[in-house]
Amino acid sequence: MHAAPAAFGTAAQIADDVSSGTTTASAVVEQHLARISEHEGDIHAFNLVLAEEAREAAAAIDERISAGDEVGPLAGVPVVLKDNMCTRGVETTCSSRILKGWKPPYSATVADRLTDAGAIVVGKANLDEFAMGSSTENSAFGPTHNPWDLEKVPGGSSGGSAAAVAAGFAPLSLGSDTGGSVRQPASFCGIVGVKPTYGSVSRYGLIAFGSSLDQIGPFSTTVEDAALSFEIIAGHDPLDATSAPEPALPVRSKLDAGVEGLRVGVINEMNGSVIEGLDADVLARSRAAAEALAAAGAIVEECSIPSSVYGLSAYYMVAPAEASSNLARFDGVRYGLREDGPNTALMNQASRTAGFGAEVKRRIIVGTYALSAGYRDAYYGKAQRVRTKIIDEFNAAYKNFDVLLSPTAPSTAFAMGDKTADPMMMYLNDVCTIPSNLSGQPAMSVPFGVGDDGLPIGVQVLAPLMGEVVMFQVAAELERAAGGAA
Amino acid sequence: MRHEPSLPDDWELVCGLEVHVELSTATKLFCGCANQFGSEPNTNVCPTCLGLPGSLPMVNESAVTDAMRLGRALNCTVLPSVFARKNYFYPDMPKDFQTTQYDQPTNDSGWLDIPTGERIGVERAHIEEDTGKTTHVGGDGRITSAQYSLIDYNRAGVPLVEVVSRPDIRTADEAKQYVSELRGILLALDVSDARMEEGSMRVDANVSIRPVGSDELRTRCEIKNINSLSSLGRAIAHEANRHLDLYTTGDAPVQETRHWDEESGRTRSGRRKEDSDDYRYFPEPDLTPLIPSADELDAIEAGLPVFPAEQRSRLAEAAGIEPTAASLIVDRGDADFALASIDAGADGARVVVHLDNNLADGIGKLTPASFAELVGMETGGALSATQTKDVLAEMVTSGQSAADIATARGFEAMDTSELDSMVDELIANHPDEWSRYCGDDEGDAKKMAGFFTGQIMKATKGQADGKVVAQLLNARK
Repeated sequence: MHAAPAAFGTAAQIADDVSSGTTTASAVVEQHLARISEHEGDIHAFNLVLAEEAREAAAAIDERISAGDEVGPLAGVPVVLKDNMCTRGVETTCSSRILKGWKPPYSATVADRLTDAGAIVVGKANLDEFAMGSSTENSAFGPTHNPWDLEKVPGGSSGGSAAAVAAGFAPLSLGSDTGGSVRQPASFCGIVGVKPTYGSVSRYGLIAFGSSLDQIGPFSTTVEDAALSFEIIAGHDPLDATSAPEPALPVRSKLDAGVEGLRVGVINEMNGSVIEGLDADVLARSRAAAEALAAAGAIVEECSIPSSVYGLSAYYMVAPAEASSNLARFDGVRYGLREDGPNTALMNQASRTAGFGAEVKRRIIVGTYALSAGYRDAYYGKAQRVRTKIIDEFNAAYKNFDVLLSPTAPSTAFAMGDKTADPMMMYLNDVCTIPSNLSGQPAMSVPFGVGDDGLPIGVQVLAPLMGEVVMFQVAAELERAAGGAA
Repeated sequence: MRHEPSLPDDWELVCGLEVHVELSTATKLFCGCANQFGSEPNTNVCPTCLGLPGSLPMVNESAVTDAMRLGRALNCTVLPSVFARKNYFYPDMPKDFQTTQYDQPTNDSGWLDIPTGERIGVERAHIEEDTGKTTHVGGDGRITSAQYSLIDYNRAGVPLVEVVSRPDIRTADEAKQYVSELRGILLALDVSDARMEEGSMRVDANVSIRPVGSDELRTRCEIKNINSLSSLGRAIAHEANRHLDLYTTGDAPVQETRHWDEESGRTRSGRRKEDSDDYRYFPEPDLTPLIPSADELDAIEAGLPVFPAEQRSRLAEAAGIEPTAASLIVDRGDADFALASIDAGADGARVVVHLDNNLADGIGKLTPASFAELVGMETGGALSATQTKDVLAEMVTSGQSAADIATARGFEAMDTSELDSMVDELIANHPDEWSRYCGDDEGDAKKMAGFFTGQIMKATKGQADGKVVAQLLNARK
């Protein structure tokens, strides 16, 4: 069995044990490294395993503990970073040939915050190239396999980060979510995945895909671990102009509060009535989740976000438009792959042709077109208007509800190669997750049982801007309900 | 140098200017790197201004304040504004897009009054980042044929304000006055060095012509690579004549960018605009809109300095001269000194003459009080014009008082009775010259006046006052 979430304890347990001296950071790291060397060959969660660096960091933590120093709330906890987050002096590739070998001279804010809290980075996780995809099959360095079934995809684009946690390589990892890239792989891999409020977690050092949509969030095996890590990575960062001024929200404060009296809206459009292509077992688990919350005392009613059906179309204009600009800098001039050419323009062209994969090129072309003179208003402009409408509809819904509920992904993990031939089929994976990226509001996926194929299914809890406290509160209740059912 | 004739009376110039002003902030627009000219290449750089993957911009607030102050100086409305990305590939632009402003600039619709009294409209003054600097090596020095190129990113991310005028400029001289006036405003605001030769102020001219009386806007050409005020005038005049030649031979200009070539005094064709780049502008998602508060705007308004136009009219009034005659002093930044000297009792006309003619290299150690003392000695007859000039030169370098220098040099005004007898003696010794002086031939009389004055000056070693000598000669006619 490859799936073994929290094989050596949750992050909270490990940090307690390491801080209290019950175990050492070095022992924890060795356990996880051993598991990685045993199963990584089958799963390919990593672009890079940082075994030596992790051992050194663990030894340093242990030394500080024996010296009686304060070591932080994630002391000795192995963590995995998606390979689109910069790590000083450590190769950061975005799973792209164009960045192969590039070592950033600085670290992402989230990486610094985790290590400052005592966490130990054990590797850089595979992803769909530049986070563009829903299966981690678009990696230049080969696909990642789902630990529950190696023939199945782990989801994407943060498939490596999700698979690493599901396989027990680390209790905690970070992914980035532009259209569902944390929540969908969390659903496929049977773990918790969070897309925080836009601006609550710094994007400094995250290699941009769609800058107005990108948000970093944690993967974990428990809601508590997700909350613990969120409190560490969230909070204002003076290096990111879109960073919210507030400190991190105290999301662990209400995990045990229950849902008595909370108003939960079940999104009509995502429960089979409007958006097509959601599998019956997925819809069944989503209904079961609603029933479980009702049983726990929540007031559960249907609600409607009518424009959410246009979310996918709007997203596939806005995200590629921003990507076409964000990815212009990979031109062979300053870093990364350079293919020679007779002049600068042809060198740029040759480098980009050789360096980018097919999906990245497709989105650059779509985005370039969407912003072109004469088309900009019809495509990019209209998409932004849809976005405004979705925000208005969500805000209207949150006048009546504390949180909303929906399936995370239309299906369980699908077979590798199943959807690679048809980009539209692949894009449909994000139909339930995209509206939250467009609105900037938080959402998270919580495992809630399995499908007809025995593979995990997640349900999605959505909340208003900066509504993470109630979102985690409801997620914790679903976790208890799912545990009781299992 | 080629001489460019003026357009014939039935044609007129239609010209608008785009002026890029480098702000002299301590740091760059979006990062903390030093904004410094002349450092070793690629030393004032960081992940953000190198556009490294994952880096993000943070807005330099003092650059925004400087830009808003400039906007108010140009009578613009300061509005909530949004940064936008202008997308195109060029190796000296680290992100392959320029962060600028597009449909929501910081400063909208103002004007600039030039000394002739004309009002030139300002369409907008927006904030953007500068690019790096590329040196192409080999080939003809252009990117297309170079063997290799060297890039210095020190300038990448330096804050610029682009001031875009309306096509209200009708002569090459107005264009020069507009730029000169803008430069004066920038210096008064202390927001830029505004040196065209060093590139901290770069001027592109959009030039077209049309028959007088028409209000059409004909095909324009954008002239780049203009490195001085005099080149600006020549380039515009040349381009206008080139258009005239085309129209009068039944041809027409094409819309394009043209480069001014200083040596040949001509513009040569650059990039055609008809297949111009599509810059795919969209709002910069990494930055939030700039929304100035009422307090901020009030503080900007209250902190604006006195601008050149106002300085000219104040000085003109104080000195009793035409405002245009005050231009040189104002442009040199000496207006406050001139006004203070007049306040201290100096004769306004003499203050203007000395500043215009004898203090071109700066006022050095002069103070308004010491200068006023000197001018007082001159107008009171204690020093001749020549002596005043000598004393002034020494005051600039030594800082000593006029009286001390005059005493040390033995400058004392001759008394008139002494001069009287000298003049009489001179006339007696030169009867022929005297009769020519008194004759009808005005030119010859003038020559002889010079002769007599020169002789007296020689005899008195320059201590005599030329004006007094002239009066004495005239009285004996």
